[in-house]
Amino acid sequence: MQHQINTPAWPRIGTVGLSGLLVTFGAALSEPANRAALAFRAAVERQDWPEVSETSTSLVSTFLSVDLAITSAAEMKERLTDLLGTQNWFDAPLPDGRTLWHVPTVYGTDLAPQLEEAAKVAGLDPDEAIRQLSSARVRVLTIGFAPGQPYMGELGKTWDIPRQTGLTPRVPGGALIVAIRQLIIFTAASPTGWRHIGQTAFETFRPAACQPFALSPGDELTFPSVSRDDLLHIQRQDTSGNGGAQAEQIT
Amino acid sequence: MSAEMIILAAGPALSVQDFGRTGYLAQGMTRGGAADTLALREGAALLGQGHGQAALEMIGAGGTFEATQDIVIALTGGAMTASIDGAPVVWNASHILPAGAKLKIGGATSGNYSYLHLGGGIDTPVLMGARAAHLNAGLGQPIKTGDRLPILPGNAQTAGRVFAPDNRFDGGVIRIVPSMQTTCFSQATRARFTATTFRRDPRANRMGVRMDQPEDGFFADDVLSIVSEVIVPGDIQITGDGAPFVLMCECQTTGGYPRIGTVIPCDLPRVAQAPAGAEISFEFVTPEDAAKIELRARAEVASLSSRITALVRDPHDIRDLLGYQLVGGAISARADPYEAD
Repeated sequence: MQHQINTPAWPRIGTVGLSGLLVTFGAALSEPANRAALAFRAAVERQDWPEVSETSTSLVSTFLSVDLAITSAAEMKERLTDLLGTQNWFDAPLPDGRTLWHVPTVYGTDLAPQLEEAAKVAGLDPDEAIRQLSSARVRVLTIGFAPGQPYMGELGKTWDIPRQTGLTPRVPGGALIVAIRQLIIFTAASPTGWRHIGQTAFETFRPAACQPFALSPGDELTFPSVSRDDLLHIQRQDTSGNGGAQAEQIT
Repeated sequence: MSAEMIILAAGPALSVQDFGRTGYLAQGMTRGGAADTLALREGAALLGQGHGQAALEMIGAGGTFEATQDIVIALTGGAMTASIDGAPVVWNASHILPAGAKLKIGGATSGNYSYLHLGGGIDTPVLMGARAAHLNAGLGQPIKTGDRLPILPGNAQTAGRVFAPDNRFDGGVIRIVPSMQTTCFSQATRARFTATTFRRDPRANRMGVRMDQPEDGFFADDVLSIVSEVIVPGDIQITGDGAPFVLMCECQTTGGYPRIGTVIPCDLPRVAQAPAGAEISFEFVTPEDAAKIELRARAEVASLSSRITALVRDPHDIRDLLGYQLVGGAISARADPYEAD
């Protein structure tokens, strides 16, 4: 995606209905475009513009929630253009205050029955697949589909495997699933076209907690391999929702 | 002790709703809240209370309810048949519900989403800044038979008020603005889209409403290259079979299907309330015109209370008519009116 960077086409500013503005940093997911979206969101937050009621990011864009019935889109675009011009966002440092999580994960077994199948599609033997997945460090690229549910990446090109043609009728909450160089931890039981390769006890959404969401876009994760018995033990012992995960601040 | 509403028999889909939650888009949760926010404001105007109070959203049918103290209720949104202890009560109005009286709310006669407002508001616990159930997100529970809803203190003076609602219960022309992916659809496809009369498909819920079309679907160019992007309520996404889905209050925050346009906020209640089979068409307006239309609609909402009048009751509709002292002060028919006392 390097060819898109520093061309006049990106970033682009557009409106989203009467609900806000979207600053898009690329036509497809890339590390620099995702980095730009995260860094630019933090910059918009720092401006503390009264017209902006909240901000979010998708894979490659920063969204500003603005009431365009009472706010001039042209005026907001001008401000955003000025802010965009202050630096190259594609190689900007990621925002401060991010967390690195190490989430204990069972690969394969009856708890995650598609590890071998996914390894085969990726052209790896299962041990090598587990070695790669349990040592990868991925970033929360965006959160969506369900509350708190992270889309994480990018894995190496080996893991650019397609979705299944059919749907798995149900994977449980905490399932670690893979496709197109990305991982997801499922918030709640759901059908999916991605392959279920690991199982965690990590709860991404805790409605009753004072911090309902465990993850924010830009956080990073690893998924160290543990035994089936270890995970069952964690499930019994750790009632925090962390599923035995350790957190450290990224500095 | 504060009043409670007892759900003696729950209809198929009851939930507590208010204006939902803001501030959680980045964490993947849309606002949620009432599917017809105008109906929430109408209820607040009838009851003379602020807009923040939660009401009971009812889909398809209501149920049977009883209050533990005298309260005032208001009924708004899609009309349903309603009675208090067997006497019919009118919709789009506020009424006294005496303690122990049976409020029966039957099937819908118009629209899809109906609201039972309780004077003072429903006082269920606030979760993440709102009382609204966001069932898709796993927040809150549907309201079931046997549940008891606590009620905040209300104003008894606001019973017996009525207003004439706008007509948003039969589909019609929905105004839309271009979206971030509108130009992914060819000019010809967009022209055909706005020339098409759709029928609101029975497949609809708080996440989205599907539109049924008579002819071919509407396809974007190069659809596989579209990256997953932010969704806002009102976005019209074109799914794999080419059918438009208007995304509603409980939609996801991001999605990979292309959006051909976005319904302007004041027309969204009309989409929510269009019954299955109702004719719907879409008309592009410029963002500038959309802003003007939206502001006009908000001004109308702000002046709702000026449209409220006292409920003039037809004697046929007065419940417990025989209990009234209609002949109080009259003398006996047998007495001789000319005879001095």
